[in-house]
Amino acid sequence: MTTRGIDGFGLLCEKFESQGVATRLYHPDQIPPARLLEINPAGWGKAAETAQLQQWRWCGVWAEDLEAGLTVNACLEHQGIYLILRTHLPDGQNSLPSQAPHYWAADRPERNIQDMFGIRFEDHPDPKRWVRHQAWPEDVYPLRRDFPVAGRQTEPTPPDSTYPFLKAHGASVYEIPVGPVHAGIIEPGHFRFQAIGETVLHLEERLGYVHKGVEKIAEGRDPSSLARLAGRVSGDTTVGHAWAACLAMERAAGIEAPPRAAFLRGILAERERVINHLWDLGALCNDVGFAFGYYQFGRLRELWVRENQACFGHRLLMDRIVPGGVACDLTPDTAKRMRQAIVALRKELDELITILDGNSSLEDRFLGAGFLSPELASALGAVGFVGRASGQSFDVRKDVPYPPYQQLKVRVPMEDQGDVSSRFWVRHKELRACLRLLEQMLDGMPAGELVAPWLIPDADSEGFAAVEGWRGEILCFVRFGTDNTIGRYWPRDPSVINWPALEKLTLGNIVPDFPVCNKSVNASYSGHDL
Amino acid sequence: MAWLLAILETLLFIAAAPLLAGWIKRVKCRLQNRKAPSLFQPYRDLRKLYRKQPITPHSASWIFRAAPYIVFASTVLAAAFVPLVTVNLPTARIADVIVLVGFFALGRTFQVLAGMDIGTAFGGMGSSREMTISSMAEPAMLMAVFTLAMSAHTTNLSQAMNYVLDTGLVLRPSFVFALGGMMLVAVAETGRIPVDNPATHLELTMIHEAMILEYSGRWLALIEWASQIKLMLYGVLIANIFFPWGIAQDFSLQALGFGVAMIALKLAVLAVLLVLSEVLFAKMRIFRVQEYLSFAYLLSVLGMLSHIILEAARVHH
Repeated sequence: MTTRGIDGFGLLCEKFESQGVATRLYHPDQIPPARLLEINPAGWGKAAETAQLQQWRWCGVWAEDLEAGLTVNACLEHQGIYLILRTHLPDGQNSLPSQAPHYWAADRPERNIQDMFGIRFEDHPDPKRWVRHQAWPEDVYPLRRDFPVAGRQTEPTPPDSTYPFLKAHGASVYEIPVGPVHAGIIEPGHFRFQAIGETVLHLEERLGYVHKGVEKIAEGRDPSSLARLAGRVSGDTTVGHAWAACLAMERAAGIEAPPRAAFLRGILAERERVINHLWDLGALCNDVGFAFGYYQFGRLRELWVRENQACFGHRLLMDRIVPGGVACDLTPDTAKRMRQAIVALRKELDELITILDGNSSLEDRFLGAGFLSPELASALGAVGFVGRASGQSFDVRKDVPYPPYQQLKVRVPMEDQGDVSSRFWVRHKELRACLRLLEQMLDGMPAGELVAPWLIPDADSEGFAAVEGWRGEILCFVRFGTDNTIGRYWPRDPSVINWPALEKLTLGNIVPDFPVCNKSVNASYSGHDL
Repeated sequence: MAWLLAILETLLFIAAAPLLAGWIKRVKCRLQNRKAPSLFQPYRDLRKLYRKQPITPHSASWIFRAAPYIVFASTVLAAAFVPLVTVNLPTARIADVIVLVGFFALGRTFQVLAGMDIGTAFGGMGSSREMTISSMAEPAMLMAVFTLAMSAHTTNLSQAMNYVLDTGLVLRPSFVFALGGMMLVAVAETGRIPVDNPATHLELTMIHEAMILEYSGRWLALIEWASQIKLMLYGVLIANIFFPWGIAQDFSLQALGFGVAMIALKLAVLAVLLVLSEVLFAKMRIFRVQEYLSFAYLLSVLGMLSHIILEAARVHH
C-alpha cells in the first residue's frame, strides 16, 4: 500500500538499493527503451530473487567478452518496462551466482553462456552442458574474443552419445528416443520420453543440433550484412528478426526509420504473422489426421505467399527490411490488390472456420490436450501465443509499442484454457486481428522516404530492441565496434522461452498426442540453437 | 475347371487390390480439392519398392526377415477363400470364416513380432497398440460373423451367400446391426482414419506404420501389398455377404463377367463411404478406440439378439 505513486521499476530500484546489490542506474537514454542498472557480481542471484518477488518477467541473458573483461546482462520486463541488469566480472573471476533458482527460464540460457563463454553459474540447479555437443572441446569457448570467427573445426563432428539425460527406473517404465532426425520436413531436435504405457512421465528436450554460430559470425559485419544475417536466424521469422536487428542498430546509431518505412515494416511483419498462423492452423489439423483442414489452410497460405511475391518480390519477405528503413515500397496498385486479398481471405476463413468449429472429432483431439496452466505459463515466462493461450496478455506491440504500432489500434486476443484448443483459437483470433491491422496500415500509410540516411555510430554504442514476431517477443541487443562494424549481436527468439513450456505441457498426456502438443507450441529449432 | 477358376479368382483379387487403393486415393484427393495421382500409382510404387534392396537392421532376427512373406502369404490365402466374383468354388469348401479370422491372426502375429524384433521404441509401441486394438476388434468381428452364421446355419462363406441370395431381399434387423459392426471393425482392422492414419509421418501417433517403419525395398512392397489386399478383403466380405446380388452362381462367361462388374461397382461405392469417413473425421485419440470398438461389439451383439428374438422365433412358430 505504501507503493502508491511509485511504479514497479521505482519499487525494484528501492529494493535493490536497500539490499545493496545495485551499484549504478544509467540515464534512460543509455539504451532505450530499456533501463540499464549495474549490479555487483555477488548480488546477481539476489537481484533475480528480488525481481521475481516483484513479479518481473525474466526475458533473457547474454554475455560479452569486452576489453574491460567479461560482462553479463540479464533482461527483465514488468508492466511494459524493460530492465537490463548488467554486471562486470572482476579480472580472473569466471563465475557468477545463478538466476536459475529463481527463474526457470534462466536455466538453459545460463548453460548456454557456460558453454560459449566459460562463465560458471553457482547454485545452478542443473549445470550440465547445453548448446555444446561435440563440435568443440569442453575448455574452448567460441564466443570469447580469442576464438576465430572462421572457427577451428575441420573434422566432421563426432556423435554426441554421452549427454546425461534423466533416467527413469521402475517396472514398466520405458524410454522413447525421438529424433534428432524427424520424418517430417522439420529441423533436428531430440526428445527423450519416459513413459508408462501411453502416458508420458517425463520429457527432456535436447537441442543445439542447428547451431550455426550466428552470434560469432555477426562480429565484424557492417549493418546491412547484419540485417541479412538476422533475417536468417530463423527462416520463418525472417521479418521479425531483421526488424529487431535493424531497430537495435538504428537506436545505437541514433536514427529513426521514416514513418512510411515504419508502416511498411508493420505490413511486412503482419503479413509474416498471417503466413505462419495459416500454416500452423493447418498443420495442427494434419497432426490429428484431419487432412481437409491441412490442405485448405495450405492453399490459403500459398495464395498469401504468392501475394507477397507479387507485392514485395519475395514469398517469405526476406531481406525487405534494411538498416534505416525498407527495401520495398507499396504502389496504389499493390495496395488495392492487398486489400482485395484480405477481403477474400476473410471470406474463405469464415467458411473454413465454420466447418472446423462444427467438427466434434477435431474438438475432441484439441480440447484438454497439452494443458499449460496460467500459473505455470507465468512462472515460465511464456510469451507469444503460447502465453496468450494461458492468460498471459503480454504483447510488445501493445505493451511496449514501437513505430508504427503507437499509431494503430492493436487488439491482443487472449484465451485462458491453456490447451491445444486455446492455442489454436488464439491464433485464429490473432489472424483476424492481423488482417484488421493490415487494413489500418493501408489506410494510414504516410508518404515520404523509405530509408533514413545511415549515421556511423560511435564505437561501443549499444542498441536494444523488442518486437513482436509471430511466435512472440523477439529481443535483440547490438553493440557496435569501431568503423561501423558489429561488435556483438544477441538475438533472442521467443522459442528460447517457450521450448521449456513444451516439456511441461506434455507431461501426463499420452504419447500419440505429443505431435499435436508440439505443433501447438511450434518453437523454432534454428532460432533457439543460433 | 473349377480349380482353375479359383486360382484365377485369387490372382484377380491380388492384382486388383492396388487398383482399389488407387481409387480410394483418387476419391480422397477429389474430396480434399487436390489433384489425384493416376489410378495406377500404387502399382508403380510397388514396382519401385520391389526393385530396391531391403535393408536389414543389425538387431533383426529371422522373424524380421520371414514376417513379410508370412504376412503376404496368409493374406493371399485368406483372399483365396473369400468369394469374389462367384460362389461355389472348391476353395470355399476347404475353409470357413473362422479360418479366415485365423489367417488374419497369423499374419498379425508375425507383423507384431517383427515390430518388436528389432527392439526400437517405435516398433514396440506400434506392436503394443496393434494388439490392444485387435484384442477388441476380433471379438466384434467374430460376433458379427456368428450372427450371420446363425441365420444361414453355416460358417461357410459360399453357403452363407447362397442362403442370402436364395431368401431374396428381406430386411433382417440382425444383418443391419452386423453390417454396422463389421464396417466399424473393417476401418479399425485396415488401419484407416479415425483409428489409424496410413498417411502420417508422425512416428509417435502410428499404429500399423510404426510396426513396419524399419522395412524397406521388396519387403516393404510385400507388406504394403498385403495391406491393400486386406483392405479389399474387408470390402469384399461386406459387399458379398450383405449385398451378394450380382455374384455369379454358375460358371458361365456371362455370369462371371457380370460378377466382375458388380463387385467392382460395389467396392467402388464402399470405397467412397470409407473416404467420406476419412475426410469428415479427425483421427481419434488412441484411448477412444476402445469405445469405438466396444460400440462395434455392441452392434454385433444387438444383431445376434435381434436374430434370436425376432428372426429365430418366427421360424419356430
